[in-house]
Amino acid sequence: MSISRRGFLGWMGAAGMTALSARAGATTRHFEGYPQSLCVLHDITRCIGCRSCEAGCNKVNELPAPAAPFTDLTVLDKKRRTNPKAYTVVNKFTPSQGGKPLFVKNQCNHCLEPACASACFVRAFSKNRDGSVTYDSSVCVGCRYCMIACPFEIPTYEYDEPLTPRIMKCTLCHPRIAKGLLPGCVEACPTEALSFGKREDMLKLARERINKYPGRYIDHIYGEHEMGGTNWLYLSGVPFKTLGMREDLGITPAPDLTSGALATVPMVAALWPALLTGIYAISKRREKMLSGDKQEAIAKAVAEANAKSQAAMTAALDKARKEKEEAVKKAAKTALEPSAQKPQEQ
Amino acid sequence: MFKLKEVLNRSLLTPFNIIAGIIIIIGLIITALRFTGGLGAVTNLSDYNPWGLWIGFDLLCGVALAAGGYVTSAAVYIFGMKKYHSAVRPAILTGFLGYALVVLALGYDVGRPWRLPYPFVVQAGTTSVLFEVGACVLLYLMVLFVEFTPAASEWLGFRRARNVVVRLTMVLTILGVILSTLHQSSLGSLFLIAPSKLHPLWSSQYIPVFFFISSIVAGLSMVIFEGTLTHRYFTDKMDETHLREKEEVVFGFGKAASFVLAAYFAVKVFGIAMDDNWHYLSTGYGAWFLVELLGFVALPCLLYSIGVRDRSIKVIKWAAVWTVLGIMVNRFNVCLVAFNWHLPSSERYFPSWMEIGLSLFVVTVGVVAFKFIVTYMPILYEHPEYKTQHS
Amino acid sequence: MDFFTLQDFYTHTKFIAYILMVVTLIGMAVFWLYLTDHENDDGEFHF
Repeated sequence: MSISRRGFLGWMGAAGMTALSARAGATTRHFEGYPQSLCVLHDITRCIGCRSCEAGCNKVNELPAPAAPFTDLTVLDKKRRTNPKAYTVVNKFTPSQGGKPLFVKNQCNHCLEPACASACFVRAFSKNRDGSVTYDSSVCVGCRYCMIACPFEIPTYEYDEPLTPRIMKCTLCHPRIAKGLLPGCVEACPTEALSFGKREDMLKLARERINKYPGRYIDHIYGEHEMGGTNWLYLSGVPFKTLGMREDLGITPAPDLTSGALATVPMVAALWPALLTGIYAISKRREKMLSGDKQEAIAKAVAEANAKSQAAMTAALDKARKEKEEAVKKAAKTALEPSAQKPQEQ
Repeated sequence: MFKLKEVLNRSLLTPFNIIAGIIIIIGLIITALRFTGGLGAVTNLSDYNPWGLWIGFDLLCGVALAAGGYVTSAAVYIFGMKKYHSAVRPAILTGFLGYALVVLALGYDVGRPWRLPYPFVVQAGTTSVLFEVGACVLLYLMVLFVEFTPAASEWLGFRRARNVVVRLTMVLTILGVILSTLHQSSLGSLFLIAPSKLHPLWSSQYIPVFFFISSIVAGLSMVIFEGTLTHRYFTDKMDETHLREKEEVVFGFGKAASFVLAAYFAVKVFGIAMDDNWHYLSTGYGAWFLVELLGFVALPCLLYSIGVRDRSIKVIKWAAVWTVLGIMVNRFNVCLVAFNWHLPSSERYFPSWMEIGLSLFVVTVGVVAFKFIVTYMPILYEHPEYKTQHS
Repeated sequence: MDFFTLQDFYTHTKFIAYILMVVTLIGMAVFWLYLTDHENDDGEFHF
């Protein structure tokens, strides 16, 4: 296939324009998230484990009724996680040194840089301006990579749906907060264990509480930096890991976990063709040289053999000629001898 | 071509056909259950374990073990090692069938398989490693299919189509190596998104390197292993060139596998060193890691080297079997054993009988297809009409 | 060993890594010579 110079320049021009319009990735860039995004602050010291938030969530999201009613507090005796019918659960933790049991509400933390959104190969998750992370079931293929990715083990899957299974998770009541309403759980909470407002304000509120009641709270706002920060913050009176909340997740945002590996993809695409073609060219040249060397060696051997046989033939011819000369001389001598003798006898 | 009447007259009830038939029938039943009852009716997958045997075996092992295609064609066409030429078509066939089966298995595993094209035609999640895996696997499957067509074309008499594709060999081979480098490594990179869920000894920034290098080892070993099987059961289909070259292939690939396994061993040790994870070696999971590293990387490396030194074809063949097993151990370790290591045993996963049955079904479909193609198409022999024209 | 800074951690891990690199390079070279040594074989394949 041959391309004219003009054709080639045309291709290059088009490629160049595309490259210029794409923004170059810069590793010193710093992103702070959407300004004024909304956030929930969960004060664990105020939670009484009444499960009103679970009931509120179930109602506003029109989720199916659970097996046991929300007033049944015996379900708290077992550790629960989110499931296809529950975007949120409250869990009970009994401190090892005794005292009142503690209750923690668990749901999607609406990360600033969600792992689910980073992992989804069909962009089914969006981090919205209002801070919520929402899921679009109309494009979801059901690969469940988001479930692998979420460090908080939140997305749950409708494994019992044969043809239309969905991921289910808390939406931060995205449609409600757009109308200025409170999320269902926040509205239902009777003890203000849940507060709602801008993330900056919730962080300020949390710090104020820690400063005002230092004996009551651990000096740490969970969600401020974990996984790069979340739009759901927590305050606690006991170490978070005793409440089933992982403290070893680090502060690296999820997209940065795979950006290094993904960055090598264009390098391979760009360099491998040159590298492999180069190896091919070298091995082809080597082969040619080897077969060239071989041919040279054969030619040399043939020439040598020729020369040898040539020389042998010349030598043989010389010898034959000499012998012939000798024979002629001898014959002449023999012929002349008797005639030389005869005249002497007379 | 073949005569249909002839085929039907021969008895179809061979032991192979009976066993394969049973497995396929079971597979079809599981298929019905999967699409009427959902994944929950057929698998032991859970919210904590969204990926199970079908991802661990059919996808991860399947792709690694189909790597012989790019490795062999690179050796012959890019590195110019013509003495392995007879191994190219069987390797490409194994690769093509392997990747086709991966797509088949994914059709069962994902929630809505008809939406598999969505990332490419509806919305592209370009931040996702899975997007890159999907794109490269899709493209590579197409490359493998094209690379396979000359054999089919020769069988069907499509001379012109065959010649066009043969002229494209270099381009296809280079493209195949690029795509394979990308997706073999990226299958490992999938787990970079969840470092908090993977045991430190397997969770390394070098996972992409581990997966890529071990895919080369897997490819070399599968060519040897699968060559052993075809030479035994399809000797009558092999022409003189194949019969003559087969030991050289085993020997040469065994030597390469030994050296690459040594490199893989070094790479794995570096993985521990760079994260200062030495102390994990003295734990329970550490012991299992050492079993994988010493028993399934160092040992086959050594076995291969002994086979090479003694020029023993038998030892190399056994080393290949052991290596293939080792690749599977590694993929299972990353995806099922080391993943979720921190969860209580009540939340750990083990495949259901139906998951195992379906994986067996997928492999059986592949073996049946392989058998058919090798019997009727010029894979193990050169078609007499194309003997002097290479590929 | 407890590390308090990234710098200390990297200093330690990369020190070990450099040593391993030298070991690896020498080891691979020796291994290659071992694999390609034809001194004691008869050139035939055995089964």
